[in-house]
Amino acid sequence: MRFTNTLLVALRALRRNKMRSVLTALGIIIGIGAVITIVSMGNGAKARVEAQVAALGQNIITVYPGSFSSGGMRGGFGSSATLTVEDAEAIAAEIEDIDGVSPEVRDRNQVLANGLNWNTSVNGESPDYPYIKNWPIVQGAMFSDQDVKSLAKVCVIGKTVVDQLFPNEDPIGQTLRIRNLPFRVVGVLDVKGFSLFGSDQDDVVIIPYTSHMRRVSRRANISSILVQGASPEKLDVVKQRIEDLLTQRRRGREPDFTVRTQEEIAQTATETSKTMTLLLGGIAVVSLIVGGIGVMNIMLVSVTERTREIGIRLAIGAHGRDVLTQFLIEAVLLSVLGGVLGILCGVGASEFASAYFGMPTLVSPGSIVAAVGFSTAIGVFFGFYPARKAAQLDPIEALRYE
Amino acid sequence: MTPVVKIEEIHKIYDSGEVPVHAVRGVSLEIVKGEFVALMGASGSGKSTLMNLLGCLDRPTRGRFYLDGIDISQLDKNELADLRNQKLGFVFQGFNLLARTTALENVELPMLYGRHRRMSGSQIRDRAMECLDAVGLGNRADHFPNQLSGGQQQRVAIARALVNHPQVLLADEPTGNLDSKTSVEVMGVFQKLNASGITIVMVTHELDIAHYCKRNLILRDGVVVRDEFVKDRSIAESELGKLRAAEAAAKLTAAPAA
Ligand SMILES: Nc1ncnc2c1ncn2[C@@H]1O[C@H](COP(=O)(O)OP(=O)(O)O)[C@@H](O)[C@H]1O
Ligand SMILES: [Mg+2]
Repeated sequence: MRFTNTLLVALRALRRNKMRSVLTALGIIIGIGAVITIVSMGNGAKARVEAQVAALGQNIITVYPGSFSSGGMRGGFGSSATLTVEDAEAIAAEIEDIDGVSPEVRDRNQVLANGLNWNTSVNGESPDYPYIKNWPIVQGAMFSDQDVKSLAKVCVIGKTVVDQLFPNEDPIGQTLRIRNLPFRVVGVLDVKGFSLFGSDQDDVVIIPYTSHMRRVSRRANISSILVQGASPEKLDVVKQRIEDLLTQRRRGREPDFTVRTQEEIAQTATETSKTMTLLLGGIAVVSLIVGGIGVMNIMLVSVTERTREIGIRLAIGAHGRDVLTQFLIEAVLLSVLGGVLGILCGVGASEFASAYFGMPTLVSPGSIVAAVGFSTAIGVFFGFYPARKAAQLDPIEALRYE
Repeated sequence: MTPVVKIEEIHKIYDSGEVPVHAVRGVSLEIVKGEFVALMGASGSGKSTLMNLLGCLDRPTRGRFYLDGIDISQLDKNELADLRNQKLGFVFQGFNLLARTTALENVELPMLYGRHRRMSGSQIRDRAMECLDAVGLGNRADHFPNQLSGGQQQRVAIARALVNHPQVLLADEPTGNLDSKTSVEVMGVFQKLNASGITIVMVTHELDIAHYCKRNLILRDGVVVRDEFVKDRSIAESELGKLRAAEAAAKLTAAPAA
């Protein structure tokens, strides 16, 4: 009952100083609003990255040449190209629980057709590639194992290459020239858009890796091996088996390869957006603390300004504790009020950002709960000192205060 | 009958400054229920200091003080606060109402503290209205202090002092900020309250105001130099009647000239 009375007293005191109350809460409103907005933008960005990662294909294990030890780079990531087609064949033949393997050879080349000329990625892959990358062929078909064996001069191309080289005609059956060798277009890949790292994934020509190695790039080694795991649960086991197999094939030489799962690659990608969210979140938290100090400042001014009021209260029988509670409640009410309004502002700003700027946002309930908790804590923390100062006033001195 | 207020050889020495100030130097006093005492004296004679002691706002340096038979030197800070809340009512010279707070809410204030915490919201409201009515301000309950005249503000302060049924009403220069007619009105309120059985101790340095009380104490340099009962004390009702008549007469004579 005494608490209810104090609550009433605090509410009346806040109502008496509406303008000041609102201005005090403003600091918290901005702080909490900023936190909510930034966190939801961060979450939105993360969700988008995750969607892009999912679009890369699922349950993929990639083997890169060069070792990448925990102590840092050793030999350089991808620098010593010692991954061979035999490695890929061994994986395909000996590892269980996999659905497909594609040795990859990557290169950039000038490609000609119709008297047009285009610089693009020319990649050698196996026929499993569209399946592994979850990237359907929308026109024609993927080249076959037979094409791989026979070093066939066939290719499938991405949408950008179609637009550049065959703007007004059906590309299937047409010929494009890579290093002056004619390649017949047998398929067109679905539009995939930009990658996580901002490159145009549709700007690509895919040919059998054998043709690439023998006819185009004349390389003995491959750039990487894509492996499709059969199920997500077995991915780590498969990864281990691949590592064991390749190590065994190296016969005691330094391991010169790195095996990464999709998840690990995705982690690297999400890291960037996480760092960004963390950074901006940090700034928002600083503004929240500034808001809290604002509350403390106003409460301190308020205690001085209301010395007489405190004197009256003490004279007519308020205990020090009553005054303490009153000022604490005032501070907490201000902060919580600010917090609630801040949440509304933050959610509003997030909605606005996604509606008008196409920014992906995702308001998480967790951030709202945290915001409420945090603003209450700010109220208690920054309200306590002024409240205690008020409670310790001497009634006579306070009454005499001008 | 035990006196409501009993002080024995009370001293107050302020030693916060460079030289200690001996503001009250051995005052002994008994006030019984129903008394109406004026504490008089020149400025600096220790009136406010003595009032603060009587009001349990301050503790004596030496001497004993029994309020309603309770030795206050035995009480801690919170018990003193409860005592002020339950047994005493304060009226200050500067009214000391909470600004931007309605008359009614100001009067409710003492009931929000102390033992009255068991009252419900409507009980608190009713009691506050009752006291506002008693001082003749029932129709101003929703007004803010800045919408009230000085006399009305002081009456709100008196209503606030009354809500918890105090044993003693203490007033330090309650008419100090008021004009003479309003002062008489406030004294009228005090006389009415006193007639209903409330003990009142007030400070004043105006002789005519002191004449409305039943007993006059004169303080000089921290000692009581005179303590006497008032003979033929002024009655606020009749004085106000005279004042009104005089005003009316002034208007009557002034009217044709204007
Ligand atoms: N808090 C204080 N500290 C030091 N001296 C004080 C204090 N309060 C009052 N005094 C001194 O005590 C004496 C009595 O003051 P006071 O009781 O206010 O007199 P009055 O109310 O009769 O004018 C004065 O000399 C005054 O200066
Ligand atoms: Mg004084």
